[in-house]
Amino acid sequence: MTPLAGYLLVAALLFAIGLAGALTRRNAILVLIGIELMLNAANLNLVAFWRYGPHPELLTGMMFAIFSIAVAAAEAAVGLGLVIAIYRHARTTDLDEINRMKG
Amino acid sequence: MNVVFWILAVITVFGGLMAVTLKNTVHCALALTVAFAGLALLFLELDAQFAGFAQILVYIGAVAILVVFAILLTRGSETPSEGIFSRTWFTGLLIAAAVFAVLAWAVLNSTAALPHETSAPAVSVQQIGSALMGRYVLPLEIVALLLTAAMLGAVMVALHEKGEQK
Repeated sequence: MTPLAGYLLVAALLFAIGLAGALTRRNAILVLIGIELMLNAANLNLVAFWRYGPHPELLTGMMFAIFSIAVAAAEAAVGLGLVIAIYRHARTTDLDEINRMKG
Repeated sequence: MNVVFWILAVITVFGGLMAVTLKNTVHCALALTVAFAGLALLFLELDAQFAGFAQILVYIGAVAILVVFAILLTRGSETPSEGIFSRTWFTGLLIAAAVFAVLAWAVLNSTAALPHETSAPAVSVQQIGSALMGRYVLPLEIVALLLTAAMLGAVMVALHEKGEQK
């Protein structure tokens, strides 16, 4: 197995764990944690392809990962703000209980 | 494949697994921090020093703290009596397993086609800075705008609603 294949497998496993967390947990914050894990797995793929691909001096993969980190930070802030707003409105973060779109 | 990679991979996957399976939400946030740290070390192992330190600063320094704040503000650390997994957990697990199977199958079947440059790229922070200020200046400005908008949006969303004085 080449080193790149090892990194890709770790990233795939991490992505699957994040997806499982996002799909199976009840708590909205845990769903956001799963989404963060999925974003991080994608970043690992980008950096691994940058390292083992041709022309690493062009920095494309690493730049993509850095911008992805910045966008993920914005996503986390807005997502957790939404969770707090929903908690204040519905008094719960249990996603099985939050089943109405009408306030 | 050296030993360091396998140790870091085990730490990262273990942290991720604990982050989605533990009962107590605060413990989940701590396990998430372990997974983030493992990923940062994997970035360093891949000779991407800048991305690794950005990962430590942004994820361990900011996102993990935000998650802990949100948990404390929502009293999410109390374990619900009816279990931590949703009613449709089996379907979710099945979908995640199928996604992993497809991804792993794709990776293992294309091993010969994957690039494998062996020489470590020597990238200085100065090069990254001039790339950010030259070739990537437009994405950089857009990210700055996005972060400002996200900050204002998060504050607006999480502000107290009018007339709610409980």
